[in-house]
Amino acid sequence: MSIWIGKDTRLVVQGITGREGSFHARQMMEYGTNIVAGVTPGKGGQTFEGKVPVFHTVAQAVAETQANCSVIYVPPAMAAAAIKEAADAGIELVVCITEGVPVLDMTTVMPYIAQRNVRLIGPNCPGLITPGESKVGIIPGSICRPGPIGLVSRSGTLTYEVVHHLSGAGLGQSTCVGIGGDPIVGTNFIDVIAAFNADPKTEAIVMLGEIGGTAEQEAAEYIKAHVKKPVCGFVAGQTAPKGRRMGHAGAIISGSSGTAEEKFQAFEAANIGIMRRPADVVELLKARLK
Amino acid sequence: MNLHEYQARDLLKVAGIPMFDGDVASTPTEAEAIARRLGGTVVVKAQVHVGGRGKAGGVKLARNPAEALECASQILGMSIKGLIVNKVLVVPAADIATESYVGLILDRASQKPVFMVSDAGGVDIEEVAAKTPEKITKLAIDPRDGLLPHQALKLALALYRDWDHVKAATRILTQLYQVFMANGCSLAEINPLVTTPDGKVLALDAKIIIDDNELDRRPDLAVLRDESAEEPSEVAARRANLTFIKLDGDVGCVVNGAGLAMATMDLVKYHGGEPANFLDIGGSSNPEKVVNALKIITSDPAVKVILFNIFGGITRTDDVANGIVAATKQFKVGVPIVIRLTGTNEVEAFRILESVGMSAMNDMDAAVAKAVALAKGAA
Repeated sequence: MSIWIGKDTRLVVQGITGREGSFHARQMMEYGTNIVAGVTPGKGGQTFEGKVPVFHTVAQAVAETQANCSVIYVPPAMAAAAIKEAADAGIELVVCITEGVPVLDMTTVMPYIAQRNVRLIGPNCPGLITPGESKVGIIPGSICRPGPIGLVSRSGTLTYEVVHHLSGAGLGQSTCVGIGGDPIVGTNFIDVIAAFNADPKTEAIVMLGEIGGTAEQEAAEYIKAHVKKPVCGFVAGQTAPKGRRMGHAGAIISGSSGTAEEKFQAFEAANIGIMRRPADVVELLKARLK
Repeated sequence: MNLHEYQARDLLKVAGIPMFDGDVASTPTEAEAIARRLGGTVVVKAQVHVGGRGKAGGVKLARNPAEALECASQILGMSIKGLIVNKVLVVPAADIATESYVGLILDRASQKPVFMVSDAGGVDIEEVAAKTPEKITKLAIDPRDGLLPHQALKLALALYRDWDHVKAATRILTQLYQVFMANGCSLAEINPLVTTPDGKVLALDAKIIIDDNELDRRPDLAVLRDESAEEPSEVAARRANLTFIKLDGDVGCVVNGAGLAMATMDLVKYHGGEPANFLDIGGSSNPEKVVNALKIITSDPAVKVILFNIFGGITRTDDVANGIVAATKQFKVGVPIVIRLTGTNEVEAFRILESVGMSAMNDMDAAVAKAVALAKGAA
């Protein structure tokens, strides 16, 4: 009951010996994620936490351990190269947690991974979790419960807030995916929503958007045309001033497109349940799941 | 990061883009000297990061060096939309035959740099896009190939009929693309690109925005940041590694994560209040960050209540609690604090706060409603 990650996920952690990488690798192992390898150039041959072999390159890690998914915790200037390395090594799903990746770097990453048929999630994202099976990234496992709700979001802690409401009301999650808040990200709302739509165990979808860009409007069009499952949505930044960047590079409104109101209108037109605040998710879903 | 016009001009000049001579001045006497060197009528332009300089009186025509001195002394030190003018650009007021727009932006939708050109230049390009979109030619560039000669030619032909103009514009477009890529821009625009009666094609005004994520690896560009041109509290926040934006309300907000911070501001509004700021303390917070956040928020006299909304994931809520306690010991917080903490180490966080007589809540809605009520009661 999930998309993209689950019990079969064999994870390699790029940057496993770094401060962030080692901390989150331990958290993922505690959660039960099957971490089969780590990569840090120059530290090949070491062992992480007494059991995970560390390699110089992703290609070595894949050859030795059959890793099929990678998570990246390297510094921003090295992130684009790390994504390309994972793609070249035959990894199918690459999750880039790193924040602050220069946007121009991403313009060359996108055609590179498209040619190799790789799915990238992020950068600047919290990753994804299939509760009870596997966690790839930094979403706190303790707040999630297995269940029928698919959740996709552009932000981190806002995701936790909504998951907290869902779990508290007995609405578990099939998979939660944080796609990241940067202007160019590997996976967009539509990719995730299409996967949830095709997943027999996902019964309803929650979409958490932000001001800036038109990804939410495009997702609403897609939902209107293709999705029969109940969907509800939120847009953060209803009170944000125009032209200011609010933390995420993505959260900036310029010109006429990208305001919260515009996105809510698109939701309404697609019969998506409108969450005016995070707590609304429970009542909206309960009414629509009946 | 926004560059000033004079800084953007410097980057274009290095790339070889032709423009009128001119220079930047910090004092009226410097402006006078530049005007004398240039000779003839000059334009004195305020260097601030806001639109509408001209309407605000920040752009003036001076017929001689004495008038340039006079104009500069009026403009320097003036406040435009709350920002003080510290520098003026002095350029010749030359004859212009035509005005065009040339811009390059990093486009989310196509995930590529996209050129936008229009022969309706000199005005706000958003206005052109809204009223006469057919006057704008757009072209996405694959960064693996760069701007190809035939692409530059296509764009130049959208601007000019005269072959000499077309040739000159082709060169300028190629140079602008180089500036964009070499400096990690998210926007580089020349508006207007002008032709003169004697047949030259020149950049008259330029705007460049650098992707903030580029600054770590480009120290030469990072030094161009003009902190005197920014809101002082926002500068202090950036130095403390916080993301802060000042707003006009009275409910001060301290939140972890940009999405939750925006949702908190929205919820303040939902409950009938007005947020005083956006403040994101980030992921792995330490108590020191919380102290700095409180310092910045309490320096705003409009703030009547401070609302903490922390969802502990990587952020440990006990770190935040320790920061709040440390701050209240270091300096007097003269307004009530409403604290919402949930997640990692929350039991310990509640104990820390209770040990100094403070209390916290678990629910975001309840905390926001309480903060709004306190702000109204204090009004």
